[in-house]
Amino acid sequence: MTTREYGPRTLLSHTQLTRGRGPAVYWTLLIAIVVIFTLAFIGPLYWMVTSALKTGQEVAQTPPTLFPADPDPQNYIDAWNNLTLGKLLFNTIYYAVGALLFQLVLDTAAAYALSKLRPIFGNVVLGAMLATLMIPAMVLIVPQYLTAIDLPILHISLLDSPFAIWLPAVANAFNIFLLKRFFDSVPQDLIYAGIVDGAGPLRILWSIILPISRPILGVVSIFAVTAVWKDFLWPKLVEPSPETRTISVGIYAFAGGTPQNVVIAAAVIAAIPTVIFFLIFQRSIMAGLTTGAVKE
Amino acid sequence: MPSATVAPSPIHASPPAPTTRRTRRAGGQRITNNLTGYGFLIGAILCFALFSWYPMIRGVVMSFQRTRRGVTTWVGWDNYERILQDPSFWTAWKNTAYFTVLALVLGYAVPFVVAIIFNELRHARGYLRVLIYLPVMLPPASALFLFKYYAYDPSDAGLFNAILKVMHLPTSQWMQSTSMAVPAMVLASTWMNMGGAVLIYLAALQNIPGSLYEAAELDGAGLFKRIRHVTIPQTKLILSLMAMLQVVATMQLFIEPLILANGAGTQDSATSVAYLIYQHGFFQNDLNGAAALGVIMLLVLGGFSAVYLRLSAKQE
Repeated sequence: MTTREYGPRTLLSHTQLTRGRGPAVYWTLLIAIVVIFTLAFIGPLYWMVTSALKTGQEVAQTPPTLFPADPDPQNYIDAWNNLTLGKLLFNTIYYAVGALLFQLVLDTAAAYALSKLRPIFGNVVLGAMLATLMIPAMVLIVPQYLTAIDLPILHISLLDSPFAIWLPAVANAFNIFLLKRFFDSVPQDLIYAGIVDGAGPLRILWSIILPISRPILGVVSIFAVTAVWKDFLWPKLVEPSPETRTISVGIYAFAGGTPQNVVIAAAVIAAIPTVIFFLIFQRSIMAGLTTGAVKE
Repeated sequence: MPSATVAPSPIHASPPAPTTRRTRRAGGQRITNNLTGYGFLIGAILCFALFSWYPMIRGVVMSFQRTRRGVTTWVGWDNYERILQDPSFWTAWKNTAYFTVLALVLGYAVPFVVAIIFNELRHARGYLRVLIYLPVMLPPASALFLFKYYAYDPSDAGLFNAILKVMHLPTSQWMQSTSMAVPAMVLASTWMNMGGAVLIYLAALQNIPGSLYEAAELDGAGLFKRIRHVTIPQTKLILSLMAMLQVVATMQLFIEPLILANGAGTQDSATSVAYLIYQHGFFQNDLNGAAALGVIMLLVLGGFSAVYLRLSAKQE
């Protein structure tokens, strides 16, 4: 049946698509759209990967060549060696994984407390957390930086320390909100059953709530990792030394005195982990985006 | 009054406990509950306090102070006066506003149209969705160097100029031209970010009941009338939410000027308010001025949100 094949009714009806000139128009448009979007979104990436395989001379040539005349991975090798990309990649992964662990432990605990333990003034705390979503990051950058280089009371500097990335990552109201809403939907009966069995709050979180919450934990994890990978200004400020930089900051710092092709090769290498990560987790990323945004 | 004080923790209460019994022994129990609750909350609260709440207050306080050789004094509106006298201030606001308006047209209307088209397709939808979200996942520095070196190369070898040449159109200096700098940044930024908006609109479109379109069609509504009277009203909430998020996001324009135009571009053509904050704070050693700029930005955005919410509430 055509209905099943075509899915739910949308703007256009099945009859419009299947009768008369419908199919011809539909297929022409479909092919045009696929071609245009592939060119617009894969094209630049193809350009980036292949251009880095060209010599400086070939890149400056007009009209530009579609394929490298003599593909040479030398730019990639130079990028890897001269920009110490291995070290920068390691740093970025280290920050991302640490930020993920901190968020999973502290934000999950916070969301659990706000959703199920409901201590006095819990809603005030939640409100104060959500209010931070309204404040643009740029507004806070200077006082945040001053706090990071001289923590109140303790008077220690987090400069060049991974904690400068891990701790601010925990202050993520959006993730806490996502987790709390998911925990709200965990049936109260399950928790009562746990209490009857003599489980304490930690035990209930660990053995009852977390196992059912895997989908949302996946979504939050993906957001946590990509946020660190994509961030630029904050790591640029708090991890200034060449040894502690992230890969984006490293590429930017080296771009000045490095040949363009080598910079592009480095940009390609920096993009590879996120692209692979995205292709593996694209289903959860798409699901996460829509849970986060639509069902307000 | 928060509801938490009324309803004691469900975890420690025995399941079917009648309320009367619970209130009688509430005292000690409630304290333990609250202590446990805050035990779980303390880590997140400390991080918020350190990196969000305290900096917020500190930023406002700092904007009225001046620190010289370790001595901090109150200077009233001095920082604001200095910031307002900076000739780049108005250029930065003008560029930021221009960027925001263009980005609204490109980054707000275009994704909605794209989502409507994608939603009508019965094939290749998964592929197109992944495709359009791919740039969102790239580190911004990677994507922007691609634009800077290849797309916006002012010589004829640049990708855009090569395309314009093939089409026999005049080529452009892109980031080096004073008139094209902002549109060029908008184009790069839209390419990088539109995937998120498209996916959110797609999800909203999929929630529209098909029967509404059927009814509209029976009433003789053509394609554009159906979009106007069904699609747009049904996605109004998400459309207005996204408009606000988009404005807040684009007002923070920073990495595009920094990477594409080395900060300010030709004659400040690409400078932005966020870039000025960065410059005052971290190059001119004027942290107080940067804090004042931050407060101004917050006020402008807050004012915008207030007006916007008032207007959209009136429309309801």
